Amino acid sequence: MGLRSFFDRIEPNFEKGGKYEKFFPLYEMVESFIYTPKTVTTVAPHARSYVDMKRIMTYVVIATIPCILMALYNTGLQTNTALTALGPDSHTGWRVAIMKALGFSLEPGLVSNLVHGFLYFLPIYVVTLVVGGIWEVIFATVRGHEVNEGFLVTSMLYVLILPASTPLWQVALGISFGVVLGKEVFGGTGKNFLNPALTGRAFLYFAYPANMSGDTIWTPVDGFSGATSLGISAAEGVQALAGYGITWWDAFVGTIQGSLGETSALAAMIGLAFLLVTRIANWRLVVGCMGGMIGFSLLLNAIGSDTNPMFSMPWYWHFVLGGYAFGLAFMVTEPVSASHTNAGRYIYGALIGFMVVMIRVLNPAFPEGMMLAILFANIFAPLIDYFVVRANINRRAKRHV
Amino acid sequence: MEGLLSLAVKAIFVENLALSFFLGMCTFIAVSKKISTAIGLGISVMLVQTITVPANNLILTYLLKPGALAWAGFPDVDLTFLGLISYIGVIAAMVQILEMILDKYFPPLYNALGIFLPLITVNCAILGGSLFMVERDYSFPESVTYGLSSGFGWALAITAMAGVREKLKYSDIPDGLQGLGITFITAGLMAMGFMSFSGVKL
Repeated sequence: MGLRSFFDRIEPNFEKGGKYEKFFPLYEMVESFIYTPKTVTTVAPHARSYVDMKRIMTYVVIATIPCILMALYNTGLQTNTALTALGPDSHTGWRVAIMKALGFSLEPGLVSNLVHGFLYFLPIYVVTLVVGGIWEVIFATVRGHEVNEGFLVTSMLYVLILPASTPLWQVALGISFGVVLGKEVFGGTGKNFLNPALTGRAFLYFAYPANMSGDTIWTPVDGFSGATSLGISAAEGVQALAGYGITWWDAFVGTIQGSLGETSALAAMIGLAFLLVTRIANWRLVVGCMGGMIGFSLLLNAIGSDTNPMFSMPWYWHFVLGGYAFGLAFMVTEPVSASHTNAGRYIYGALIGFMVVMIRVLNPAFPEGMMLAILFANIFAPLIDYFVVRANINRRAKRHV
Repeated sequence: MEGLLSLAVKAIFVENLALSFFLGMCTFIAVSKKISTAIGLGISVMLVQTITVPANNLILTYLLKPGALAWAGFPDVDLTFLGLISYIGVIAAMVQILEMILDKYFPPLYNALGIFLPLITVNCAILGGSLFMVERDYSFPESVTYGLSSGFGWALAITAMAGVREKLKYSDIPDGLQGLGITFITAGLMAMGFMSFSGVKL
């Protein structure tokens, strides 16, 4: 155990009174990343469980792995398809140069897709980790709390909901906003009331709409224009998707236009299943969110509209298109910003399900609504809890007159 | 009827007085520490708004508008320059009455609201409601709807704000931001959440 004894040797330097006392959060970050945290409960009650914050966060990161793989594959697939369609004139940029230098073809294929997608994924992820990590360390050092594993989750989710063509300086700006104003000003992980990843993403969406919405941003190839499936549905109705060669199965597996990691409902469902089995995600939130979405979209189907084709979109299309499945798996179920009471969780989930369909169908300004729906419900989560608790108090008071 | 319904939805969510026009911020920030008080204040604002906007609408239509005094034999008189002072007068009178009613029948709420109840008089959300009514040329039924729903939207916003602030009690906020600072940041983030409605055409 050379490493362990190395840590034990240098630890006194970082503790109170040591030479590098100020940098304890940095030491703690590296140490707890490699070893299990040593903190144990010292006073009763003693409930024994291995599920600490570190394990929860690690589980969520593990759950995103299918989405990451699909993000690599689909980004590469879309890019390679576009490059092949546009011909050799469009083969510019350093990514293409690297691909050629390494001897990969630019034709769509499993390996070339994964590698090309990786070349888009990696810079965004590195920028997110570095910039967000710097903010985390600054706040941890100045305020004396620990650098939390929660940041790994935030950064991963943030990257997966960005379009592949996002300029890197915007990536940095967004994660700064998300980490600092979404989380750190409230005291760090577990003390925020909005989802930090979504806060950063929504900030970019409203600050730089030209880079965050439209038809040309989803595939990072100049001169290529491909609308998202939701954009097509909003303009021409969901039936028109077949004319673009998009079947329900394509949308479910995720080989469609969209942000990096959110296109694949299949990958998100694998992640969700993992989170549900390990009890990290609460199933009540999922049930509420599905119920709200299905109920409101069925209602809109029944009402119908002559001018707005989105009214007739069935719920199973709402489920696979856009960020619904991804948001359902990783953001609705986020325990910090959701409601904390069991009854409240159904209501909170249903509010998101209702809002996402409402924004998609009734709001012509935004074709996609999962991000905004979750932020909106985050605002009302504490209020829902309050009323659930009040109702419980009233019920019990009546029982004991 | 459909027109009134869409006006109501618009006034509550799309053009929320607190979170998209940032009107009535002083009370919005000051009285949002506890949910129960916030609900009380929200209801009083809703009440005042529902009475003053239609009342001011009547005053505008039958006294102030150019030619409004035709019924009294003065078809050429234009009294719109008296608009602001009459609206404020109506609002002040309404709040005075509301204060006396609360003092008599709901003393706990009266005590909890304290100085902020008389301050509703100068709450910009209330005057803003009346001025929007004038600017947008609402009819009487429209002004009733607008008064009620814009007041409800404001009440919803302050209640949600109080909910978030009660949750933030367990947060660890930096010293420099405690109190007002974090509340302003919270209000800004909430406004971002409410932007999900911006662009809804009804």
